[in-house]
Amino acid sequence: MVEVLAATDKIIDAHGTDREALVEILREVNDEGGHLTKEHLQRIAERTNLPLSEVYSVASFYTMISLEPLGRHVIRLCQDAPCHVAGGREVWEAIEQELGVPFGKTTLDGQWSLLTTSCIGACAVGPVMMVDDDIFGNLTPDKVREIIARYRQDDLARGDAQGGAA
Amino acid sequence: MIRSSVLVSGDPLSLSRGAEATKLAIEAELSFYGLEDEVQVGYTGRVSRTDLLPVVVVYPEGTVYGPVTPETGATIVEEHLYKGRPVEHLQAPVEVATEGIEATGPEGGALSGQKRVVLRRAGSIDPYSIEEYIAEDGYFALGTALTEMTSDQVLQEVKDAGLQGRGGAGFPTGLKWSFVAQQPQEQTRYIVCNADESEPGTFKDRLIIEGDPHSLLEGMALAGYAVGANEGWIYIRGEYAMARDILARAISQAEEMNLLGNDILGSGFSFHVHLHSGAGAYVCGEETALLESLEGKRGVPRIRPPYPTVRGFRGQPTVVNNVETLANVAPIILNGADWFRSIGTESSPGTKVYTMLGNVNVTGLVETPMGTTLREIIDIYGGGMRDGKAFKAAQTGGSSGTIIPADLLDVPMDFASMRDAGAGLGSGALLVCDEDTDIIDLAYVLVRFFMVESCGKCTPCRAGNAQMLEALDRLRKGRAKRADLERLEEIATYIQSASFCGLGQAAPVPILTGLKFFREEFEARLQD
Repeated sequence: MVEVLAATDKIIDAHGTDREALVEILREVNDEGGHLTKEHLQRIAERTNLPLSEVYSVASFYTMISLEPLGRHVIRLCQDAPCHVAGGREVWEAIEQELGVPFGKTTLDGQWSLLTTSCIGACAVGPVMMVDDDIFGNLTPDKVREIIARYRQDDLARGDAQGGAA
Repeated sequence: MIRSSVLVSGDPLSLSRGAEATKLAIEAELSFYGLEDEVQVGYTGRVSRTDLLPVVVVYPEGTVYGPVTPETGATIVEEHLYKGRPVEHLQAPVEVATEGIEATGPEGGALSGQKRVVLRRAGSIDPYSIEEYIAEDGYFALGTALTEMTSDQVLQEVKDAGLQGRGGAGFPTGLKWSFVAQQPQEQTRYIVCNADESEPGTFKDRLIIEGDPHSLLEGMALAGYAVGANEGWIYIRGEYAMARDILARAISQAEEMNLLGNDILGSGFSFHVHLHSGAGAYVCGEETALLESLEGKRGVPRIRPPYPTVRGFRGQPTVVNNVETLANVAPIILNGADWFRSIGTESSPGTKVYTMLGNVNVTGLVETPMGTTLREIIDIYGGGMRDGKAFKAAQTGGSSGTIIPADLLDVPMDFASMRDAGAGLGSGALLVCDEDTDIIDLAYVLVRFFMVESCGKCTPCRAGNAQMLEALDRLRKGRAKRADLERLEEIATYIQSASFCGLGQAAPVPILTGLKFFREEFEARLQD
C-alpha cells in the first residue's frame, strides 16, 4: 500500500494540488492500477484539500475512471449508432458467447471484463472495440473470436498459467 | 470498393532487398484485418533515392515509407491502414514523395474534387514537424496579424468572413469573439478549444489535430489576439491519446520558436496554450459542462445565461470554439474575408468537414464547400451505396442529429438550408443507412446512448430517455400499443422543451424526426 500511495503522490506532485487538476489526477492514478481504491481517493482528497465525498463524486462521474477492479483484459465495445449500422449487434453477441459472460461483467477467472463504450472516434472502420489500449475495427463475429484467441495465446506464451483457464 | 492503394517499389534493387517479402507481408496483414477488398497492393517503378529502398507509398495520402521490411510493412498496415495513423518513425524524408514515384492509385482518385481549407495540409505534412507547417504558410497569418493588424482588424476580418461555429450550432464566430472583447478590461479573458469530440460518428477534429496540429494553435493565438486573451486551454477527450501527444509536442515546438509564449515575435503579445484531458463523458462536449470539467469538477452543465462569453472559465469571459472553427481562422486572416466568402453559400461561407459513415462504399473524411448536397457526397465521395442497395435514411450531425429521408437528399447542406428543411448539419457526421436498416432498431440504439450518457442533472433528460427506451423496446419487440407510441412522442417533446442543456434538448431529435419522416414504420410495429 505504501508503494501504491507513493505512485499516487508522484502523480499529484506532477500536477500540483490545485482543484483544477483533479480529473487528470484521478485518471492517471486510475490508469496506474486499473481502478481507484478508497485509499487512493483518501490520499487524493487529503492532498488536494477536498472532502472525500467530493473526490468520490468526481471520480464516479467519468467512464474512464473505475471504482471497481477489472479483469486482466478489458474489452470495450462501441455500442453507438455508426457501429450498430455496420453490424455491431452480431459482434456483441459473438463476444458474449465466446467469453461466457454478459456485458458489464468480468469472467470468473478474472481474465476478461466486458464493457461497452460510447463512440471512440474510429467510426470509419466500425464496428469497433478496444482491448485494453488497442483499437480493433471492421469487426465480424469470426474476427473477434480470432482476436480473443490471439490474446489467450499471448498470455499462455508469457507463461501466465491463468490464461489457460479461459 | 477500393479506398486506399499501397505501392511497393518493384525495381531490381528493391527486389534484391526483399521487396517481394515486404509486399507479401503487407498482403497477409491486410487480409488479417479484413482489408483485402478495400486496399489494393501493387508494385511501382522508379524511385530516386536508392538508400530508402524498398519504399512503400500509401495513397490517397501519398505517404512514403522507406526502407520497409516485412515486419515494418505489417506495422504500416496495422497503424496506417487499419487504425488510420501514419507511422511517423517509418516515414521517408518528404522530398522522396515528390520525386519519381508514379501515382497509380485508384482510377481518378475516389476523393478528388474536394475543396480543402481545414484539411489542406493534413496528410501532406509531418504533424510532428513545425518546420513543415511553416514551409506551407504556417504561422504567417499570426505574424501578419501581430505586425500589421490591430486586434480589432483581426476580429473584423473573421466577422466579415461570416465564419460560423463548426461544432454543431453554427453560431457566428466573430460575434462570439466580440462579446468577449467587449468585457471590462480588468477581467482576464480565456480562449478554450472544445476538442471533446464525442458525438458518435464524428472524428474530424481528431484527424485535424493528428494531421495539422499547428493550424489549431495558430487559430487559438489569433483568437487570443483578437479578444485580448493571453491564455488558451485545449480540452481534449480522454480517449484521444495520440492527438494529445501530437498537440503537446506542437505546443513545445511553437514555444521554442517563440510562436507561442511571451512576447510573440517581439510584438508584445503573449499567448500560452495548456492541454487538459477529459476522462470519458459525452456531456463534456456541452460548453458549460466542459468548463466545469476543466475546473476539476463533475462535467455537469451550468445555467445559461450568463454565457461563457461573460462568465466562463474561472468565472471570466471565455471564448469556447470547436477545433474545426479555430482551424479556419488562420486561412481567413491569410487570404481575407472575401476569399472565404467565395467558398460555400451566402449564409454559410467556407467549407465543412464531414465524416461519411454507414452503408456507403467509401467511409471516412471529406471536406467540401458548404452547400454540397448529401446526394453529391454519397455519390461522388462515398462511391455510392454499398452493394448497390437503395438509400433509405441518413442521420446528419451525429446521434443527436436528424434522421432524414431520401426526399432531402438534394438540400444544399449549410446551416440555414438544413434548418429550413427540418434537418440539421450538426457536427458533420453523415450516417448513411440503406434499405435494410430498421429505423426502430436504430432509434433504440440512439436512445440507449442518451440514457447512458445523460449526466443526471435534470429530470427530463435523466428519466425521459429511460422511458423512451422502454417504449422503443416494446415497439421493436412488437409488444407496443398505440398508447406507447403516443407516449414516446409526448416524452420526446418534453425532453426537447424542458431539458436543462443543449445536449438534453437535442437528445430526442432523432426520435422526433424519425417519427416525422418514417411514422408508418413505427405504426407498422404496433401490436393492435
